[in-house]
Amino acid sequence: MFSYYFDLALRSLKRNRVLTALMIVAIALGIGASMTMLTVLHVLTGNPLPGKSQTLFYPQIDPRDMADYEAGEEPPRQVTWIDGMNLLREKRADRQALMTGGAVPVQPTQSALDPFFSDARYTTAEFFPMFDTPFRFGHGWTAADDEARARVVVITNELNNKLYSGKDSTGQTLRMKDTAFRIIGVLGDWRPNPHFYDLNMGDYSGVESVFMPLSTSRDLHLPLNGSRNCWGRGGADEAHFENASCVWLQFWAQINDPAKVAGYRDFLEHYSQEQKTLGRFQRPANVRLPSLMEWLDINKVVPSDVRLQTWLALGFLLVCLVNTVGLMLAKFLRRSGELGVRRALGASRRAVFGQLLMESAVIGLAGGAGGLLLAFVGLWLVRRQPSDYAELAHMDVAMLAATVVAAVVSTLFAGLLPAWRACQITPALQLKSQ
Amino acid sequence: MDILPILSTLRRHKLTSWLLILEIALTCAIVCNAVFLIGQRLQRMDMPSGVAEHELLQIQVADAVVPPNPYARISEDVAALRQVPGVISVASTNEVPFGNSSSNGNLRLDPNQPERTLNATTYFGEDIAKTMGARLISGRDLQPDDFMNVDVVLKALGTGDSKNIPSVTLITRTLGERLWPGQNPLGREVWLTPTVALRVVGVLDSLVRPNAYDTSSAQYTMVVPIRMGASKDESYVIRTRAQDRDAVMTAALAALKKIDPLRVVTTQRSFDDIRNRYFQDDRAMAGMLAGVIIALLIVTALGIVGLASFWVSQRRRTIGVRRALGATRANILHYFQTENFLLATIGIALGMALAYAINLFLMTKYELPRLPAEYFPIGAIALWIIGQLAVLGPALRASAVPPVVATRSV
Repeated sequence: MFSYYFDLALRSLKRNRVLTALMIVAIALGIGASMTMLTVLHVLTGNPLPGKSQTLFYPQIDPRDMADYEAGEEPPRQVTWIDGMNLLREKRADRQALMTGGAVPVQPTQSALDPFFSDARYTTAEFFPMFDTPFRFGHGWTAADDEARARVVVITNELNNKLYSGKDSTGQTLRMKDTAFRIIGVLGDWRPNPHFYDLNMGDYSGVESVFMPLSTSRDLHLPLNGSRNCWGRGGADEAHFENASCVWLQFWAQINDPAKVAGYRDFLEHYSQEQKTLGRFQRPANVRLPSLMEWLDINKVVPSDVRLQTWLALGFLLVCLVNTVGLMLAKFLRRSGELGVRRALGASRRAVFGQLLMESAVIGLAGGAGGLLLAFVGLWLVRRQPSDYAELAHMDVAMLAATVVAAVVSTLFAGLLPAWRACQITPALQLKSQ
Repeated sequence: MDILPILSTLRRHKLTSWLLILEIALTCAIVCNAVFLIGQRLQRMDMPSGVAEHELLQIQVADAVVPPNPYARISEDVAALRQVPGVISVASTNEVPFGNSSSNGNLRLDPNQPERTLNATTYFGEDIAKTMGARLISGRDLQPDDFMNVDVVLKALGTGDSKNIPSVTLITRTLGERLWPGQNPLGREVWLTPTVALRVVGVLDSLVRPNAYDTSSAQYTMVVPIRMGASKDESYVIRTRAQDRDAVMTAALAALKKIDPLRVVTTQRSFDDIRNRYFQDDRAMAGMLAGVIIALLIVTALGIVGLASFWVSQRRRTIGVRRALGATRANILHYFQTENFLLATIGIALGMALAYAINLFLMTKYELPRLPAEYFPIGAIALWIIGQLAVLGPALRASAVPPVVATRSV
């Protein structure tokens, strides 16, 4: 029965090539546009650390003075050096890391390469185990290295390819800002999207090429990158940021047991009150503890343009579907005579309905194939855009399957009304008018 | 043309007619809003900067080896850049218009005011207004003895010593009007912190901030006499004639490299590049919206062609009878054209209401302004034209039906 209906559908579609082509093009355009945008949205709203993100938290506390105070307003999105160090030393979470961004002048020993500036991440040791970073060679540093301001670095695979043609470079010396560093680790391919641990670097930027202990970077006064907010008598040059009333560091905590999250929040509350008693904080304690995914929401990481474009694409799909409903209705009603004969010969309404739906499904499949092709073209166009998320726009298996399913389901849905209407035909009337 | 017979025919094809009307309404609503969004983006991309855009170059260098005296390094660089043939003027600055990276401060009209009046950007560096071409409309430009070195100022800020902090500033006309509406801003004081006040000595016609996110605050700009030291965040801005830009850029880079061959050039671009980059997302969005509008109109047109062809083939006999009874070809043609016009009009009317609803939705979600009335006719006219063009083919085929069809197959 199924293959018979399939055969009938193909014959019927062939009979009316222009109308069939119009329907398929409409479905393909609608599906292509909306799947392109949904894929982009899917990539951008993805979880940067699946399986791990629910254990990662971004503590926020409010160390500012009373100027511009508004009750209940969001605390700063970074921490001061003193608070970051205090939270780090307390070790109340399972793991914690304090970090900031920077740029370092790299002076390759190979004479063929000019010195260049590389983005850097200055962080404490637990960054690597906390974020599950893969290592191609070597490993991260230890808390003892942090303490000793050790001249050690971890570099990315990309930088390793550039400087050492992909060979194991651990143990080698890398000169940066006239200082010799020992390479102790090379990261494997790692590009969490978004760049969640420091959103000041651009929401979807790649990871920094060089990682080194925060203490080392401060010791050498390496240049900083990122956002800083100062208040009161804040403002200092970069060399004296430790004592400035400025927030410029990111602090992350890993809390494995969900039951302990509330305890950590209490700890932050307690810490704020203590600092207020000491006279360092002036505002009433105001703490937040968003999880990683909540933190991305708070920062509105997904560009609003992308959301707008997704709505637009879905609106476009709707128009294409209405268009298809109309065309299918025209097509089915035109065959009233043939359907009347079938009904008169004993086919039930259900059988005719099924036959017509089969025809919609075939259109849906063809439209889906076209839509998939257009979605690939659409994504290629998105990748050519200048935005920093552009290069991430790739189709994955889930979206590929979703495209085909969406095309068939929406076309079947569009076929329901025309098929039902065509089933309402009275066979006798049709036969008479022949 | 008689409308009543058309209406009675349409009443017999309710479902198909309504589908066509719905499609036209949806298209009209989306097109109205999309055109409005394009207008918004284009307007944003036209944001004035107040500087001589086609005559400016920006260079940023970072030192692999930090110079012992960063201020001397800047003087040396600026002197070398001034020697480059074709260079009209050189400034060192912490930020550039539309450059994104910015330094900002909260301003108060009274030191004891609990909440800030507004947030403005602060340009630091020498010869900024003159080099960038920001026109001074009253007062004076900053003089060399107004300036202080940035490290001295930061130290003074930390210790609360107000002597080693600059006392004067330039502001833009817009900022003056916002701070002191209807009054002359010259000589007035604005407070950066409870202890630091800056006296306005000059007013610039216009100088946009690096982080101009919305038009209302885009001109909240101050130029403060603080001298920058060489660092990776500091920029040289070079003014030259538009046609000399490429040559000057090459020569300027060579001059800087000559001073320190180990330094790294991190930014080298013309102001046109800066503007292009700053508004790249807006341009991409406008392009995408235009693409969607075209695709929508094409799909709708194809839908109209399909349905109109279906109706024509369904009514061949009726058309034949009408022709046999004396209707001319033009009558038949006009019949289908009027029918399409009626459907389009109903669709457009519904589409207007829908456009308004979509705009309300976008206003709540994306902080867009209300859709101005002049955008409604755009959608209407587009759909009337598309409808008439699409129906022309099927209508011509209908008018070509010979009267003899009436006598066949009855």
